[in-house]
Amino acid sequence: LFQVSAALRAGRVTATELCQRCLSLIKSTGFLNAYISVAEQAALRQAEESEKRYSRGQPLGVLDGIPVAVKDNFNTAGIETTCASNMLKGYISPYNATVVQKLLDQGAVLLGKTNLDEFAMGSGSTDGVFGPVRNPWSYSRQYKEKSAPESRSEDRESNWVITGGSSGGSAAAVSSFTCFAALGSDTGGSTRNPAAHCGVVGLKPTYGLISRHGLIPLVNSMDVPGILTRCVDDAAVVLGSLAGHDPKDSTTIQDNFKPFELPNLTDVSKFTIGVPKEYHAPGLSSEILALWSKAADLFKNAGAKVVEVSLPHTRYSIVCYHVLCTAEVASNMARFDGLEYGHRSDMNESTESMYAATRREGFNDVVRGRILSGNYFLLKQNYENYFVKAQKVRRLIVNDFVKVFGSGVDILLTPTTLSDAVPYMEFIKADNRTRSAQDDILTQAVNMAGLPAINVPTALSERGLPVGLQFIGRSFQEKQLLTVAKWFEKQVQFPMIELEEVKKHDQGIFQHQKSAASS
Amino acid sequence: KVAVEVLDHLERLALVDFRDTEGIERLQNAIQFADQLHEVNTDGVEPMDSVLEDRCLYLREDDVTEGNCTKELLKNAREKVEEYFVAPPGNIPLPKLEEQEIVLQGS
Repeated sequence: LFQVSAALRAGRVTATELCQRCLSLIKSTGFLNAYISVAEQAALRQAEESEKRYSRGQPLGVLDGIPVAVKDNFNTAGIETTCASNMLKGYISPYNATVVQKLLDQGAVLLGKTNLDEFAMGSGSTDGVFGPVRNPWSYSRQYKEKSAPESRSEDRESNWVITGGSSGGSAAAVSSFTCFAALGSDTGGSTRNPAAHCGVVGLKPTYGLISRHGLIPLVNSMDVPGILTRCVDDAAVVLGSLAGHDPKDSTTIQDNFKPFELPNLTDVSKFTIGVPKEYHAPGLSSEILALWSKAADLFKNAGAKVVEVSLPHTRYSIVCYHVLCTAEVASNMARFDGLEYGHRSDMNESTESMYAATRREGFNDVVRGRILSGNYFLLKQNYENYFVKAQKVRRLIVNDFVKVFGSGVDILLTPTTLSDAVPYMEFIKADNRTRSAQDDILTQAVNMAGLPAINVPTALSERGLPVGLQFIGRSFQEKQLLTVAKWFEKQVQFPMIELEEVKKHDQGIFQHQKSAASS
Repeated sequence: KVAVEVLDHLERLALVDFRDTEGIERLQNAIQFADQLHEVNTDGVEPMDSVLEDRCLYLREDDVTEGNCTKELLKNAREKVEEYFVAPPGNIPLPKLEEQEIVLQGS
């Protein structure tokens, strides 16, 4: 981001050019299905305004004129917000989510809304009504090289891999260079999972740091807006512009937040890296296990203290999440009745039958399933046994983390996903809940505890697909977390995606990004 | 297995239907999955509502700072009359599971 910003200030490129290039790249990568709505006219207008500011020598900041994308579960004034659901198709919000407003106030150019799993429920970005999102790496030279020659001919149509979810559209958008940063949301790993599969940086900030006002809620006690960028420095910049108390969201903390620039760490010997043994979960691919070990060795050889730690309740986090999430979903989805906004059924017999019909027409199976499960766990006869029990288990999980961080560990190092991205055809063989339960295991506990975590792309797998590792930090210690992550990023030198479409559009601007990533 | 009355009750509470046996099976699986929670010993543990439980909630002065956006809010509603949202008649209970099929088929 710093590079592009400098280019804009020096006049080597104008905001309008940047915007137009991104828009045309979006069109040529349309087969990825990363975007639900593209706000072409509005974006060009914003770019023009930004250009005027630059010509006066008065840019608003590093983000002025930078094209960004936002996940479609953030409210955006004047742009359709659908949450990839029939329930909100055609819904145009009257206001901007606080984080969207903050980006716009910094001069960022909002290109459009990205695709997701319906209402952010899922771990593949495959269950939205606008169709699944394709991982840009499916079309990369690196992946194609490694696929069997026979499958290469029907490649484009049948062999593509998923992006992971639920912020798959945002991850794909950043990964395919159609924007410089994107917003996602993270409730159980929804930002870090697709970040790992798409080879981008995915940051989940501490719960309470960034406002959730305008983010259509899934689980009020665990949701956070997530940040997806191509490098750790960029994530810090975006974080700096978004964090801080918001009077419209009472779950944001009131402490003063000061945006920071990341130091270029050279000496990691003062850090203690914890490696939780429970994260060696069943189903973890041997490739990722090896990568995880290599990373731990990297830190050890650089002088850091690397210790094995234990988070004994990790394996219950998925079950706990399952109960708490469905319960909160049951409550949060109750607002969709067709009266004030969104889809409304033609059924007019009675209020209740209208609500029932509206909701049956508007929600897909996944959402409906979770609402019903949630209501079951909240029934009077089940409340203590399931909901309250899950809340107690939650405390145990949080205490595990408190204990570990209290014993001198600064950062935890874990894998982000169990394997590299699977082909879509294979992914859909199992249902959403099973998939989520499997894929969220490494990322979910962090949401329970509200801790900050970041996925850093680490290496390419045997199949030529990205694999990332996750760093977990202490609450509100994003600066420390990102500093270590940046050091790690520099050590691993994750390769650039080699996409034909990007090469065609590449004229210097993206060259800046490339050198930023590899420097 | 979940009793039919409970299923009925759930549909009524959630105002969302199971639609078919697959939906009901999904619920059974979900419950079975959640039963694993009972393996954990939580004696003496307080339930946790939020990770920010040690902090005070932000409260501001009770003054009106925004509003007066009736037109924008009404824009998204399908049925309205003047400044009212229009709903079909209330106080009519949802038909039972068996009758529902007939009613909803018409929608």
